[in-house]
Amino acid sequence: MPEEIPNQRAGIERIVGIDLGTTNSLIAYMEGDKPVVIPGVDGSNLVPSIVALDPVDPTVENPRPTVTVGNSARRALIENPERAVYSVKRLMGRGLEDVQDELKLFPFRLADDIEPGEVLRIRLGDKHFTPSEISAYILRQLKRNAERYFGAEVTKAVITVPAYFNDAQRQATRDAGRMAGLDVLRLVNEPTAAALAYGLDRAKEGIIAVYDLGGGTFDISILKLNDGIFEVIATNGDTHLGGDDIDNLLLAVALDEIRNEHNIDLRQQPDAIQALRKAVIEAKIILSTEPVAKLDIELPDGARYQREIPREVYEQLIQPVLARTAGPCKQALADAGITPDQIEELVLVGGSTRIPAVTKLVDEIFQLSARGKKSHTELNPDEVVALGAAVQASILAGSSTATEELLLLDVTPLSLGIEALGGVVAKIIQRNSTIPASATEHFTTGVDGQTNVAIHVLQGERELAADCRSLARFDLKGIPPMQAGLPRIEVKFLIDANGILQVTAREQRSGLQSQIEVKPTYGLTDEQVETMILDSFDHAETDFEARQLIEARLEADTILSAVEKAPASPAWQLISEEEKSTIEGARLHLEAVKPSGTLETIRKATTALDQATRNFAEKMMEAAVSGAMRGKTMQTASEDLGDAVSAPHPFAPAEFK
Amino acid sequence: MSESPLCWSCQSVLPASPLLCPNCGKVQPPSATEYFQTLGLERKLNLDTAALEKEFHRLSRRLHPDRFARATPEEQQWSLANTALLNDAYRTLRDPLQRTEYLLKLEGLEIGEEHAGKGKTRQPPADLLEEVFDLNMQLEEMRMNRKLGEDDPALQTDLTNARTRFESLLATVDADIATKGAEWDAGDAAARDQAAKSMAALLDRRRYLRNLVRDVNEVLTA
Repeated sequence: MPEEIPNQRAGIERIVGIDLGTTNSLIAYMEGDKPVVIPGVDGSNLVPSIVALDPVDPTVENPRPTVTVGNSARRALIENPERAVYSVKRLMGRGLEDVQDELKLFPFRLADDIEPGEVLRIRLGDKHFTPSEISAYILRQLKRNAERYFGAEVTKAVITVPAYFNDAQRQATRDAGRMAGLDVLRLVNEPTAAALAYGLDRAKEGIIAVYDLGGGTFDISILKLNDGIFEVIATNGDTHLGGDDIDNLLLAVALDEIRNEHNIDLRQQPDAIQALRKAVIEAKIILSTEPVAKLDIELPDGARYQREIPREVYEQLIQPVLARTAGPCKQALADAGITPDQIEELVLVGGSTRIPAVTKLVDEIFQLSARGKKSHTELNPDEVVALGAAVQASILAGSSTATEELLLLDVTPLSLGIEALGGVVAKIIQRNSTIPASATEHFTTGVDGQTNVAIHVLQGERELAADCRSLARFDLKGIPPMQAGLPRIEVKFLIDANGILQVTAREQRSGLQSQIEVKPTYGLTDEQVETMILDSFDHAETDFEARQLIEARLEADTILSAVEKAPASPAWQLISEEEKSTIEGARLHLEAVKPSGTLETIRKATTALDQATRNFAEKMMEAAVSGAMRGKTMQTASEDLGDAVSAPHPFAPAEFK
Repeated sequence: MSESPLCWSCQSVLPASPLLCPNCGKVQPPSATEYFQTLGLERKLNLDTAALEKEFHRLSRRLHPDRFARATPEEQQWSLANTALLNDAYRTLRDPLQRTEYLLKLEGLEIGEEHAGKGKTRQPPADLLEEVFDLNMQLEEMRMNRKLGEDDPALQTDLTNARTRFESLLATVDADIATKGAEWDAGDAAARDQAAKSMAALLDRRRYLRNLVRDVNEVLTA
């Protein structure tokens, strides 16, 4: 527990490194020459990427919406599933037509009035939030954890993104940082960050590969290490491939078997599905270390669905999912112009690389054991990306001698092109080009006196514009009226070190800087982002201490109101009298210190109450699950997204991506 | 750049189109420049790629935006523009073919995809007319077979042989380009002019052959 605040040299502002993950998020910084993860108030390094909108106090007029994030949001998920959301990273920078598959598998509730091409809005209670706003809440929680730890404000950060994220997904991530009150100094690709974390205490030379299979995304990056320079030579991946896909597969199999053997269709029972999902995730985790896992679930009619899953069966089942990582690996090797035997070191990143079948596949693709090599797993695969982000933060800050000789040269994962006549894409920056990268193109008019030219910018490898990802439509305006074909408009496309596109244009004959109006296809405008900056930062100038005290009291209120409702829960009967009195003691203490206590005493009392109720909270969740299975608990949400699974699952264990 | 430019920071005289001030190391405002100059190289086709990589790394260390996270917004912008230029230059010059294409463009020759009639099938080189005609027939037949689910091992062998043949033609072209490149490097103005024209024609031939090999590969791996 970070009860005592570490001393800090005054005047140096820390830059933190953040891994904003699909399943879990982390914040880290460079402590001397070593990157370390900053734990949250509950002592855990991982903050589950779950956000729940707090219930509104009916006695307050025009209440400001407040949210709960991370482990504490799991509790809220049980009570108010329609007010919570997880795995929101899958929606970042995406449009309605991109996410139809996600909607079938994840309980996202979207606003009804989203037009194609518009930024998505997620419903929590009666409010709507963009994916960037939800991510901003997670980032703000991480920021607070760091501020609590340092006892000082944190405003600058490096945030990691999947290497294969496109421009829109990157912009959405950067917007989220801004909304959370963070100046995002750099977006770093996750596998590259992992390489930095490993490279720090090695000073290696040679070619390495990073295989990163997380909760929702897959990346492969190949890097050349040379005297402190980490030069990415090729990257590839799939932003919709990860542990979630294995969970969904196991879930589908279980649902089919239950229907066949018991003649019960659970597909329309969201609560039951979530309980089943929890069970299959647990089985998946067990199968990483044991030869067999058991499923034993009570069905609504009282019968039991019992199943043994031997590892061989499991591995056969998930083979097609894992095999999808082979294509990107081979493409990356081909793009790098190397053969597998030239890979000297291989780093495994992401919770899903704990699966033995994954390590086996990686071993085969890169011929590791055949060459007497083993993949690197020394650093915790859940933490390595955040640690690398902290290293990059230190490079930017110039704050550590350990990092002053390091430099990351990353690449753009996707080719950039413009739509030419006939809907064909003309590539102007090839994938795997080192960033920053630029290209200059010239345009002219087709009609006499024409004063604007529209340019459609795309990202992707396909030949036709319709098959690529639309990035933006740029309207070059204010071209001086001239004969057709006479204007010569020079447009400069520049992909910056974050992998984000910038465009400038100039009419060369008149020398006028053309005015460019940028319409991002799936992004928010600067003005929109401005309006979404989280409320609490309206008062950024107010005294930091005072703000911390207010936040500590709010945290205390949240937990106190949850504990007050505890005796009404059936789970209350499941805990010992001794525990009840410990909870009561902790509750009374927090109530007593809340109004006038110091920051530290309030925090200590909050932590103590949180600890005291931990066992109860777990019992409560379990009770809710088995209750759901018998159809006894809360009404399921009336809104149904077709045959989609439409209840959030609060149970994905925090330890797994 | 009419008179000798001075470093904005230390006022020392700068070389043409500098990325950084050689005296104080400060990043300089972007100035129009070509890739050879950016990397401090003579305009030559034969170059030492190991030395090129070293220079690229040396400049990257001092120029990259990561080194300017705490600098003024203006210097950050200059670092971004100059690093993009450095990266573009290195990417182009390290590859012998891109290097040749780039140099020929600098010399005023029209070269590359945009002058080759985009998307359309172009005329095959005269000496290959017959072979290409046969190959296209075979490709068509193979595609048809694929569609109907039929198998023709003889055709498969023919196509595999054709691929080998055209790949060897490709290698010959590459060798010829290298020879002409050496002639360009060593020659006087007239010899350079000749060599440049030959290389432009060879690059066209190469592009045609490469597309052909790609088509065969597509059909064989379909």
